[in-house]
This record gives sequence, C-alpha cells and structure tokens, in this order.
Amino acid sequence: MPDSRSELLLELFSEEIPARMQAKAAADLEGLMSKGLREAGVGFESAQAFVTPRRLVLHVAGLALQTEAVREELKGPRTDAPEKALEGFLRKTGLSKDQLEIRDDKKGQVYFAVVETPGRASADVVAELVPQVVRGFPWPKSMRWGSGDLRWVRPLRSVLCVIGAPGVAEVVPFDIDGIQSGNRAWGHRVMAPKAVREAGFEVSGFEDYKQRLRAAKVMLDAGERGKKIERDAKKLAREAGLELVADPGLLREVTGLVEWPVALMGEIELRFQALPPEVLQTSMKEHQKFFSLRDPASGKITRFITVANIASKDKGAKIVAGNERVLRARLSDAEFFYNNDLQAGLEAGLPKLEAVTFHNKLGSQAARINRIRDLARLLAPMVGADPALADRAAALAKADLVTEMVFEFPELQGLMGRYYAQAAGEDAAVAAAIEAHYAPLGPSDAVPNAPVSIAVSLADKIDTLTGFWAIDEKPTGSKDPFALRRAALGVIRILLENSIRLPLEAQFEAGLAKHPGEGKLEDVAADLMRFTADRLKVYLRESGVRHDVIDAVFALGGQDDLTDVVARVRALQKLLGTEDGANLLAAFKRANNILTAEEKKDGVEYSLAPDVKFAEEPAEKALFAALDAADKAVGAALRKENYPQAMSAMAKLRGPLDTFFEAVVVNADSPVLRRNRLCLLHRIRESFGKVADFASVEG
Amino acid sequence: MAQPQALRAGKPARPVCFQQVIQALGRYWGEQGCAVLQPYDMEAGAGTFHPATTLRALGAKPWAAAYPQPSRRPTDGRYGENPNRLQHYYQYQVIIKPSPPDLQELYLGSLAAIGLDIADHDIRFVEDDWESPTLGAWGLGWEVWCDGMEVSQFTYFQQVGGHDCRPVSGELTYGLERLAMYVLGVDHVMDMPFNDPAAPIPLRYGDIFNQTEREYSRWNFDSADTEMLLRHFEDAEKECARILAEPALDPRTGKEIIMAHPAYDQCIKASHLFNLLDARGVISVTERQAYIGRVRALAKACADAFVLTEAAGATGESAGEAA
Repeated sequence: MPDSRSELLLELFSEEIPARMQAKAAADLEGLMSKGLREAGVGFESAQAFVTPRRLVLHVAGLALQTEAVREELKGPRTDAPEKALEGFLRKTGLSKDQLEIRDDKKGQVYFAVVETPGRASADVVAELVPQVVRGFPWPKSMRWGSGDLRWVRPLRSVLCVIGAPGVAEVVPFDIDGIQSGNRAWGHRVMAPKAVREAGFEVSGFEDYKQRLRAAKVMLDAGERGKKIERDAKKLAREAGLELVADPGLLREVTGLVEWPVALMGEIELRFQALPPEVLQTSMKEHQKFFSLRDPASGKITRFITVANIASKDKGAKIVAGNERVLRARLSDAEFFYNNDLQAGLEAGLPKLEAVTFHNKLGSQAARINRIRDLARLLAPMVGADPALADRAAALAKADLVTEMVFEFPELQGLMGRYYAQAAGEDAAVAAAIEAHYAPLGPSDAVPNAPVSIAVSLADKIDTLTGFWAIDEKPTGSKDPFALRRAALGVIRILLENSIRLPLEAQFEAGLAKHPGEGKLEDVAADLMRFTADRLKVYLRESGVRHDVIDAVFALGGQDDLTDVVARVRALQKLLGTEDGANLLAAFKRANNILTAEEKKDGVEYSLAPDVKFAEEPAEKALFAALDAADKAVGAALRKENYPQAMSAMAKLRGPLDTFFEAVVVNADSPVLRRNRLCLLHRIRESFGKVADFASVEG
Repeated sequence: MAQPQALRAGKPARPVCFQQVIQALGRYWGEQGCAVLQPYDMEAGAGTFHPATTLRALGAKPWAAAYPQPSRRPTDGRYGENPNRLQHYYQYQVIIKPSPPDLQELYLGSLAAIGLDIADHDIRFVEDDWESPTLGAWGLGWEVWCDGMEVSQFTYFQQVGGHDCRPVSGELTYGLERLAMYVLGVDHVMDMPFNDPAAPIPLRYGDIFNQTEREYSRWNFDSADTEMLLRHFEDAEKECARILAEPALDPRTGKEIIMAHPAYDQCIKASHLFNLLDARGVISVTERQAYIGRVRALAKACADAFVLTEAAGATGESAGEAA
C-alpha cells in the first residue's frame, strides 16, 4: 500500500551535464525508476524528476515501504501426464514435486503450484534498482573518468538516496563503482555558504532538501529558473524602455547552464548598431548565448541580457564589463565581414560559385543558378511575376553563400543576400526574393507571397527535386538527406496558399530537361508527380482531409494542378459528409458493383449508350432524365471550375437513383432490357467519373 | 570534497604582464604536484601534440605534467593585424592521469592563481566535446567560459591513437594570449605587455611577435615551397613507418628498445607539414580527408608502439615500481 507519508529522494550529483541533454535525462530518470519500482511491486503515488547543470534528482512521493506479498497459483500437467511434462513444470516454477498440490479437475487430477513471494523492504528494491538504472542510463554520449569503469555523462561525484517519512528519511545503502550512497548534498559551487562549500549538508527528506538547496543558492526546478530568467530579463528590458526578443530555445539552453540565474544587462556600442539587427542577434546568441533587447521605436538591437550563474559582490559589474568586451571583439569581426562584403558587392561572389559544388553529380552552385534562372523566367508569367525581375533575383539568390558573413554564420543565408542587394540598389522585389526563396523552411514557416519571390522559390525547389530525381537519389524510408520531402511540401504550400494555377508535371519536365538522367524524362516526371501527390496527401491529412477522397480525385488522371485538385477534393469531401452524399455514394457503389459483376460474368463491357426507348418503368425513365439534367449541370459547373456547384448537381441524382434501385430489376429476363439497363449503369459510372473516381472512396 | 587551498585563499597578486600569467600557472600546477615541463622542441599545432600528453595519456602509469607549448596554426595568420588571431601562439597544457576527482576545483584554483576571483566572475562549463582527427583522439568535457569568453578547454580523454584511455586522463588547455588579454584588460594582442611594464626595457607582445607574424603569414600563405613540403611530408611518413618496423631488440645494447618517440616526432612533423600545405591552399577538399587519415595512421602506429614500452607501464617489475 502506498504510504502517503513516505518518500524516496535520489540525487545523482555530477560535473556539468550538457544543457541540451538535461530535459530528456530527467524524463528518463523518472521513467526508468518508476518502471523499476512498479515491476518490483513497490507502490507509490507520484514521481517527479528535476535537473540542474550539476544534479539529476528524483522525488517519489506516497511510497510504500514494503512491497506486497504476492501469491500466484499455476496450473500444471495432469498427474497421469508423461514424466517430461512434469519435469518441465518443475523447472518453470522452481519447485520440487512434493511442494506441488494435487487438485481435482474435470478431467482428472492435476498438479498445482502455489508460489508465494513474500513482501520486501522497498529500500532493498531501491538499492538494487538505482545502480542498475545508473549503469544502463541512456545518455546520448557517456564517458569514463579516473580509474573507474562506470560511465556517466560527466564524472558522477556523489549519490544521495534516502527513503522514509520526511524529516526522518534514512540512507538507502548501496555502492556504484566505489561511490557509496549517502545523505549528503552540495550547494552552488561559489555562492553556497562556506560551511556547505566545505562539507555539504545532510538531507532528511525532499522538502528539507529543496529548502536547504535554495539556502545554498541552487534553484532545483528548471521551470522556476526559466521563469525567473524571463521575468528578470523582461523587467530589465522594461526599465530600459526596450523589449526582449523572445527565444524559447535559447531560454531552455541558458536555464540548463545555471543553478542560480542572475539576468544582467549590457550595452552594445553605438557603432555596431549599424549592423543588421539579425546579425547582432545571431552573433550574440550563437557565440555568447545572449538575449537581444530591441528598441521598439527604431527596431534596432541596442542592448543584451546575459544570464550569469552567480550574484557577484559588485552586482555583476565585472561580469557585464567582461561580457561587453567579449562582445566588442565578436562584433568587430562581424562588422569587418559586413564591410568587406558590402565593399565587394553581391555580384562579386558569382564567379566564386563556380568553384562551390552543390552535389558532385549535379554540378556547381553556378550551374544550379543558371538552371534556376531558366525555370524562374518560365514560371514568372504563371505566377504573375515580371520575368526580368525573376531572372535577376534567381541570378543573385545564392550569391551570399560566398560572402564572409554567411561563411561565419550560415544561418544568415538569404537574409544577408537581401541586405547586400538592397545596398547595391537592386529592385525591392529582387532583394525580397533573395531572402524569401528559401521559404518555407518548416511546416509552420510562412510561404513567400510576392510574385517574384514565388517564382524563384518554386524554381529553386523544382530544380532541387528534379535534379535528385534525375540522379535517382530519392528519399527512402526515414532517410531524406537532401530534404526533398521538405522541398516538395514547399512547392505544395506555395501553390495552394497563393492559389496558383499551373500544370506542375510540365514544370517538372522542364526542370528534368536540364538534368542529364538515365530514365525517360516523362516517366521520371510522372514518378516525381506521384511523390508530390503523396506529400499532398500527408499535408492535407493534417487538415482533416481523407486520403481516399484525394485518391478519388487523382484517379481522374492528368491531375497536376494542385490548387484545382484541392478545390475538387474539398468539394467532394463536403458532399460526402452530407446525408445526400453518403446515399449517393452507396447508390453509385451498388450500380458499380452490379455492373462490374455482370461484365465479368458475361466477359463484355456494357459501354454502349443506353437508349431511353427501352426504358419501361417510370423510375427508369426518370433516371434517364435526371442523368441528362445532371450531366448538363455538372458539365457547366466543371467548365466554370465551380466544384461545390458540380457536387450539388450530382447530389440531385440521389432520389432518382434510390427509386431506380427500389423499383427496377437490372437483371431482367428480357436480354434487351437487361443489356440496356447495364448500359445505363455504365452511364452512371461515367457521369460520376467526371467529378471523381467514386470507386476509390471508402465507405 | 574539500576545496583546494587556492579557492579559499584571498585575492592573489594580479599579474601585470603576459609572462607573469605563464609563470603563475606554472607555479600553481607545480604546487598541485605536476611536473612542470618545458615546451616540446618541434613545431606543433597544439599543446596536445607534446608527447607528454599524446603518448603519456596511454598506458596505466600515473602521470601529471604541466607546460606551455608554442602552437602553430598557419591558416590563422593575419600578418599581426587581427586583435586576437595569430599563426603562432601559446597554449598552457595540464594533463593528470588518472583524472583526480577534484579536477574542476583544481582548475578553478588556477584561475584564482592568475587573478580571477571566481566570486566576481561568471564561470561556466559549457558542453564541448574534443576531437582530434589527426591524432585519432577524442574526449568529453567543456569549454570553460569566464564572463562569456572561452578561456580553457577541459577534456576527459577517452581515446588516443585509437586506444581506449585506461585510466582516463584529465586535460586542461588554456589559450594563453586570450586568457592573459582578459586578465590584463588588453584589447589587441600586440599591445599586451610581455614583461613587466615597469622593467627598464618594457616589451610588448608586438615588439616580439609583430615581425614574425608578418613574415610567417607571407611564407605560410604564399611563399613556402609546396613541392618541398610535400616531399618532406612523404619522408616523415616513410621514416615513421621505417622506425616502427625495426625489431624491438637493439643489436648494439642487446636490450629491447622500442623507438616510439622518434617515430612520433615524424608524426608531429607530418601533421605540421600538412597544416602548411593546407595554408598554401594546395590541398583540395577531397584530398584533405585523405591527408588527415595518413597522419592519423602514423599517430595510431606510434600509440601502438608506445603502449608496449616501459614508460607506458608495459614491462614487468620496473614499471610496477614506478607506478
């Protein structure tokens, strides 16, 4: 029985754990310990893990101090079964024959084993479990140290493990590679009181531990540290009339570097504020792990926040001064790169791109740029862009790859190109496209929406996709080293979100024509189109669109205008969601099934036009009339690409179809009537087939 | 886990020049029981190349050494104009095997010894795993930041020359110029006082190294005879293999003498020649990996030889005594 008053506290105290590994380590400790306790029959109410740079901690609350005795009954072989069966049973249970019970069963006498496992002290379970968890801990990278064989992420210095009622919890004794478990904890390396720095402190329970730890200047809870950093940083920003540039990833990392976070604000020299704010931000974040503070009026980054792991005597004066000096050196470098790049000009990089390999089978970046230019000009009219501007933007799109700034900060590619293009007096649409052509980089990244940007972005992605398709380097399973799925998704989102109409397969063919490849161009383009269709399905599934509905539209053949495909798909799915739609589908399936079965039986296709003069029943005549009306209305709606209207015209067939199947026997005795009715079913199939392949729809 | 003396001590005298920083580190690590060695007398890319680190990290014998090492990085030359980039600079190297349990505290003590009071500064251990592809070596550890500046590399060696390190050595590398510039509050390396500014003939770093930086930058980038460098690389490679192929038994003395150190000298040479060729820009991206692989093969062969020597603790009774 869990005992609400008892608890387990475990602290694995080590040298600094890499920040990026901390969250998972805490989750793993919680998971592995909980599983181990549960499997050993130790009841508990809750388990929670904590992590700081130097300690991984687990608190288990409401812990049973004893495991429950377990009585298990196992049924064995019959007493008259062969000796071998009994031997096997004894091996399995670990009992001897005289320990078995013999009980009456319906079919005779049967051996029973009654195995009783007595309850154990939970402390004994923990003493076995912790060393096991430590030895098998799933660190992404682990190491040995000193003369030992134990592996941990960094040297493990001490292990605290106590169990019992808070305040009187006692040490669970065990040894891991010479590290003896105890009840001693250590505080902040520098800020803990002298006595604690020298001898640590003794712990008798979790609350006690947390409080003493705080007194020794360690905030155990990463969530609390993160909140404090954010709150203090925002306060400093507000007091300076600035705003904090939010960066959750950086906040997580910084939280994992400190036990006692102290946010400090520093200045950025005025001369560096001429640099693009993104350059300041990237340099400060990548090299210094600084947060940026922005002046809301000018949009410029004017100060920074650094998070120290110490509240120093001089209130951080030396620390801030030191950080400012380091930043000055860093930004001097950035300024140097920026000025060199500006002086050289963006175009100066173009010849260098001839020496930069894009892929050994796909040539240099320069060759790639030429292909992208051709594609961008081709695409420009289809997306409403000026071909000359699209060409210019494509020509300069990759030029920043050989600038000094992008060499230093690869993540600034595109953005620096934009700044340098602006400085060189390029058209604003060209400068914008240089930055935007990489987008979208992820599923939530915004897509380009300016025409020139769209043309270059599509051209870039189509060149990448067709290039790798031409050399047969397609994604397989989880492997997609050239991020081709992302490129295809980019194409899809750009087309759909901008409602662009174009025949995609033809663009693939145009792209492939520039790549010498093995396969027949049309076949490779068709294969790439299928891949894109699959990505479209994955993408639409996330917004709740059924894959079979998409299949039903693609099955029409020749569907490579994705915007059009999606309009059809959405209209069809909407129809299928109504009662009319569901019944219409059922009626179609009924017609289709009968027709398919009869065609198979007779070995013929009933594809001739049915003749209304052989229609005997009123329901039959009515269906002829309804089909004529529907064909006309659907045809008109489709020509206008008004899919909802086409769907509602289709829906009008529901009544006549239902009545037809109620009143008319298709397989009539008269061969003439039967043939005409089967041909009528075929006409139904054809009418539906103009909208979608209903046979692909499930349900 | 008591703190070492230096951590508790009051403020030590703050160094006023570059050489006092080097001296303070030597004195401190000497007091902690390290043998304070001199730099190795060959061109090397880093303090790690000194046989006192690379070879002595191997084998079971305990070891503790500290030394400065001039380090040559031909591609980092900036003709003396960059405030903190040099093709020739100094590292301070400490290696202790097995790594002591209080190595972090000992390290912090060394910062105090050069005038950085850790109660006033923000010291952080930031993940940084070290790898030397040319030495076939790697380890886990951190770069140590002081107020946002990387001042040292702190590594627990896991493998050297392809051999698992048992026991594990703890290795500390200080970038001396950068650290000293920080302690002394200097922004350009060439402005840093080398000796005491109050000395009768005060010398700045630039008085000593401006000329050499300029000359070597020109030679490294544009003038070095690449055909000769290539020939010397191949000679070093051949000599290393030849030395290691010699039978262990020395005919003159009748004793077993494995020549791991002379062979390793050739490996250091090859590594530096590769760096020079790289700076001359005659090694293509694809060739680079092949050259690094060739140097690594030498380092591994030297490591294979060293572990069989007495210094590595391989031969019977005498090694046992030393340990």
